[in-house]
Amino acid sequence: MAELPESLIKRAAQARAQADGRPYDVVLAEMKGEAPPEAAAPAAAPAAAAAPAAGGGPVRDLDAESSQFGVPRGLLERAMFARAKADGTPVPAMAGAGAPAAPAGGGGVAAPAAAPAAPAAPSGPPPGVRTQRLLTVVKANAIQGTTKEPTDKVNVWPHLLAIEFVALLAMLALLTLMSVFIDAPLLEFANFNEQPNPSKAPWYFLGLQELLAYFDPQVAGVIIPGFGLAALAFIPYIDRNPSVRPSDRKFAIAIFTVFVMAASVLTIFGSFFRGPGFNFTFPWRDGIFFDDLKTILE
Amino acid sequence: MADENGKSGGLKTAVAGLGDHLRNSQVWNSIFRPGSPMRADNQDSPRNRAYVVMNNVLYHLHPVKVKRHGVKVSYVLCLGGLSFFLFILLTITGIFLMFYYRPTSPQAYFDLQALATDVAFGQLVRNMHRWGAHLMVLTVFLHMTRVFYHGAYKPPREFNWVVGIILLLLTLLLSFTGYLLPWDQLALWAVTVGSNMAAYTPVFGEQVSFALIGGVQITADTLLRWYVLHVLFLPFIITIFMAVHFWRVRKDGGISGPL
Ligand code: HEM
Repeated sequence: MAELPESLIKRAAQARAQADGRPYDVVLAEMKGEAPPEAAAPAAAPAAAAAPAAGGGPVRDLDAESSQFGVPRGLLERAMFARAKADGTPVPAMAGAGAPAAPAGGGGVAAPAAAPAAPAAPSGPPPGVRTQRLLTVVKANAIQGTTKEPTDKVNVWPHLLAIEFVALLAMLALLTLMSVFIDAPLLEFANFNEQPNPSKAPWYFLGLQELLAYFDPQVAGVIIPGFGLAALAFIPYIDRNPSVRPSDRKFAIAIFTVFVMAASVLTIFGSFFRGPGFNFTFPWRDGIFFDDLKTILE
Repeated sequence: MADENGKSGGLKTAVAGLGDHLRNSQVWNSIFRPGSPMRADNQDSPRNRAYVVMNNVLYHLHPVKVKRHGVKVSYVLCLGGLSFFLFILLTITGIFLMFYYRPTSPQAYFDLQALATDVAFGQLVRNMHRWGAHLMVLTVFLHMTRVFYHGAYKPPREFNWVVGIILLLLTLLLSFTGYLLPWDQLALWAVTVGSNMAAYTPVFGEQVSFALIGGVQITADTLLRWYVLHVLFLPFIITIFMAVHFWRVRKDGGISGPL
């Protein structure tokens, strides 16, 4: 049997002492199997001889057996009742201290009554007998491994939902105000025979249209956007750097920033700096040729 | 005076009593599930805060808890959420517009003219639809840049970035197909310029252009084709990809970071 940690024994002794109303050091010594500190009468011993056999059957001294075999008395008692029941024999009379506690499910016919009036001895095992065994010592780690590190989390309600709701209201307000004050354009009826000058694509394609001014249509209209889009989509598979710290990803950030800046500059250029014939103009000199905003510009 | 006060007090308690009665009714409690702040017996507790999300259709979008830095406005800038909100607004205003719009020439143009003069709030709703569409292109693009700068596309989120690019493309296509529908000079020639670019596709450029505009040049057939794409096909596809996108945000471990 594994050695019980001292602290556990002490705690058990304390509890037992409190329950029985006996001095703590006596109980502790008893539990450790040492001699009691002073000559406190060795507990149950004198009572042992007392009980006469009731039914004339065999007499068993469970306390003695318990200390001899190191098996808790309670177990012996239960086994005894079970055996008697199974064999249909009367329950042996018991010698020794401690009237048997009502055996759980023991079902012996009035048997416990047979051990009468032993003087009220302290309940509990005789000296040197331990009533429990240590089966295992569980280390500080939990048996079930947790793989996730605990993180600092907050409830979605109300923390996130409140923010989202405010953002939603702000966006709704912005859009409504914009729509109250700026009308969507509706120019003349579509006329296939009269191309306006300049003709511009929707603004999000004006960066590409701007490229058309520099490169061959196949390059500007298809190859650059095609490869650009593919490159964008494949970013996670091209950039194998696992770090998300900006200082570790200077190159990636530089490339992407160039892309964003280029797209923005080209789009702004195509929108505001291109006039009739898609030729270069200064918006402050020649006016703005950007029909999406025609209703405010007029 | 006193009598009046008494009366209004009586009315107040009557209204309050009615409210209590309503909020304790079976109907009310069948609508608002346990934990909802709408319920009469609701108390603020960690358990009920969890229930607000868990016992609710919201659970499809949000987990019960998120990382603390994820609710900082400065982290996601709400851009993904706002893109989604704009999409919903565009759906609502778009359905409104569909009641008054016929995708044929010349009715399309005249319907929009009539919308401005004959329909209550018609012009306002049209404006919201148009500016909302422009804003959505903007927010989606900005959302993409915020994701990039956070390195939020790194494992395990690689695929969600690709889904995102598809969403960007679909957003542009939705906006572009809608651009033709007013059937005015702006619509016709912007789309002409835009789809001419597609014709430069090497090898099968002509076929691409033909499929896109439903002929060798833009006609009233193009209008119908783009209308169907705009109000049915593309919203259907983008909804599916958004579902995948949101699902992956959660399955990839919620919002990335902190940096
Ligand atoms: C219709 C367009 C889109 C909608 C409605 C949308 C919506 C969202 C939402 C609501 C989130 C949660 C976090 C946040 O708000 O930032 C999110 C995250 C994310 N989105 Fe989008 N998105 C769209 C387009 C895109 C695009 C164009 C990309 C990139 C190319 C992208 C890539 C991502 C990634 C990688 C995440 C995870 C970010 C993280 O964990 O921090 N999405 N998206």
